[in-house]
Amino acid sequence: MSMALSPRQEFTRGFARDRIALAAFWVLCLLLLAAIAAPLITPQNPYDLAQLDILDSKLAPGAKSAAGYTYWLGSDDQGRDMVSAILYGLRISLSVGVASTLAALGIGLVIGLIAARAGGWLDALIMRIVDLQLSFPSILVALILLALAGQGVDKIIIALIVVQWAYYARTVRGTALVELRKEYVDAAVCAGYGSARILLRHVLPNVMPPLIVVATVQVAHAIALEATLSFLGLGMPITSPSLGLLIANGYVHLLSGKYWISFFPGIALLLIIVAINLVGDQSRDVLNPRLK
Amino acid sequence: MFVLRRLGQSALTLFVMSALVFTGVYAIGNPVDILINPQADQAEIAQTIARLGLDRPLWEQYWVFLSGAVSGDLGKSFAASVPAIDLILERMPATLELALMAMVIAVVLGIPLGLLAGLKPHSWVGRSIMAGSILGFSLPTFWVGLMLIMVFSVQLGWLPTTGRGPTLDVLGIPVSFLSWDGLRHLILPATNLALFKLSLLIRLTRAGTREAMLQDYVRFARAKGVAEREVVRVHVLRNILIPVITVVGLELGSVIAFAIVTETIFAWPGMGKLLIDSINVLDRPVIVAYLLVIVFMFITINLLVDVLYTALDPRVRLKGAR
Repeated sequence: MSMALSPRQEFTRGFARDRIALAAFWVLCLLLLAAIAAPLITPQNPYDLAQLDILDSKLAPGAKSAAGYTYWLGSDDQGRDMVSAILYGLRISLSVGVASTLAALGIGLVIGLIAARAGGWLDALIMRIVDLQLSFPSILVALILLALAGQGVDKIIIALIVVQWAYYARTVRGTALVELRKEYVDAAVCAGYGSARILLRHVLPNVMPPLIVVATVQVAHAIALEATLSFLGLGMPITSPSLGLLIANGYVHLLSGKYWISFFPGIALLLIIVAINLVGDQSRDVLNPRLK
Repeated sequence: MFVLRRLGQSALTLFVMSALVFTGVYAIGNPVDILINPQADQAEIAQTIARLGLDRPLWEQYWVFLSGAVSGDLGKSFAASVPAIDLILERMPATLELALMAMVIAVVLGIPLGLLAGLKPHSWVGRSIMAGSILGFSLPTFWVGLMLIMVFSVQLGWLPTTGRGPTLDVLGIPVSFLSWDGLRHLILPATNLALFKLSLLIRLTRAGTREAMLQDYVRFARAKGVAEREVVRVHVLRNILIPVITVVGLELGSVIAFAIVTETIFAWPGMGKLLIDSINVLDRPVIVAYLLVIVFMFITINLLVDVLYTALDPRVRLKGAR
C-alpha cells in the first residue's frame, strides 16, 4: 500500500498519525488566518484613537461599554479592546518572526553550502565562527546588538537574523556534506555539470526538508525572543505593538490585580509558540528515517 | 597537552571577542558619543579624547582599549561616577546566587522527574511530565515571571513581589539564602529562572534513561536477579550522569545571561538588571564592562567544563589529541 504513496502523501499520513500534532497544526492555521485577517475581523482598530473611549479603560473581561459593546477579554488603560489589540499584536509578532527567519535561512543556506562545497580552510573558518556564535545565548547577542545599535523594527529584525543564521549554516553544511558524497552527485559531476548547478539543482532540494523543520521551530524562537526584547524595552517601538509590548504595558496594572492586560496576550504568545513547537517536533519525527 | 590546546583556543576566542566588542563600540558607533558623558563640557571632552587616545590611529586605539581592559580599567560609569567594573563586580554575587539557586532547583527536580518519565514513558505520569516539559520550553520566561508574581504575591500574598531582601555576609560575600526573609525573596525569581533548564534536564534525563534501559548491561543485571531499584541506581543513573553534568555546566553561562530577564521582572539587584538600567540611561561604559565580564565568564565556564569532561570520559581525550 505504501508503495503507491508519494513522499508528500507519506509525510501527510505520518504527520496526521499524532492527534495532538494535528490539532496543533489546525490551531496554527487558525492563528495565522486570524492574524492576517485582523483588520477585517476585529471589532475595532485598536490604534485608531478616534475609535477608543478613555471611559472604557481597564474594564474587566466580559464587561460592556457605554456603547453596548462587550469587551470579551477586557480593555487596557487606553480603553482599547484586548481582542483587537492581541490580533494586531499577533500580526506584528508573526511577521517579524517569519521575516527574520526567512532572511536568516537564506543567509545560512548560502554560507552552509559554500562551507560544505569549499572544504579546507574556508570551511574551518566558517565553522569556527558558527561555533563561537552558538556558544553565546541568543538573548545575550541580541541584547548587545540592540544596546549598541539602538531601537527600531529594522534593527530588531537584523538582530534576530544575526542570532539565527548560524543554526542554518550548521544544519545545511551537515546535510550537504552527506549529500555531496552520494552517487547522484558523482553522476552529475561525470555528466559535466558545473559546481553551482550541482549545488543548486541537485543538492539543495535534498537539504531543504531538515532545514524547513529547523526553520519552523526557529520561528517560535524568534517570536519568543522578540517578545522578550520588547518586554525589556529594547525591541519593537511603541508604534508597532507586538505581543511582548502588550504584556509589558500590562505589567504595571498586574500588581493592582488587573491581570487581563498582561495575561491574555501571554496566552496568545504561548498558543502560537506551543503550536509551532508541536508541529515542528512531529515533522522532525516523521522525516527521521530511524524512527520509521 | 589537551588542556594546553584548549587554553590556547580560549585565549584566541577572548581575543576575537575583544576585537568584536572594540569594533562594535569604536568603529560602528562614534566612540566620542559612546564613551564620553554627553553632559561633559568641551575641555573635558578634549581631555577624555586624549586620555582614551581617540585622536590616534585605530590599531593604537585598540591597544589602549586592550591594555585598559586587561588592567581592569573600563572607564567610569556616567550615572554613578565610579569605575564601571566596580559596579559590575558589586552586583555579581546577587546574580551568581540567583543562577546557582535556579540550577539547584533544575537539577533536584529535573533528574528524578526525567528518570521517572524515562522508566515509564507510556504511563500517564510519564506523559504528563513530558507535556509539562514541552510547556516549560514554550512558555516565555518573562511572562511566567509575571504570572508567578500575580499568583503567589498579588493573589495569594505568600511571597514578596520584588527585591532581594536582607543579606548576610559569608566570607565577605553577601548572600540571601541564609535568612528566612532572604529565602522568601529568592524563591520566585529562582523558580522562574529554573523553569527552562528544568525542562531541558527532564528531556535529557528521559532520553538517557530510555537508551540505558535497552543496553545489554541492564538486561544482564536483571537476569542476574538484581533488584529493579539497584538496576536503576547503579546501572542507569550512573551512566546518564556524565552527559547531564556536562549540560549543567555548559548551561550555567546561559542561566547567568537569562538572569537579565528574571532580574528585570523581580527587580533583583544583579548584573543583568544593571545592564538593562544602563542601556536605558545610555551608560555605555557599564554596558561595555558587562559585555567583557560576561564573555570572560562564558569562556572560563566552557573551558572548565571541557577539561572536566575530558577527565571524566577518556574517549573525548583520545579524540581531541588526534
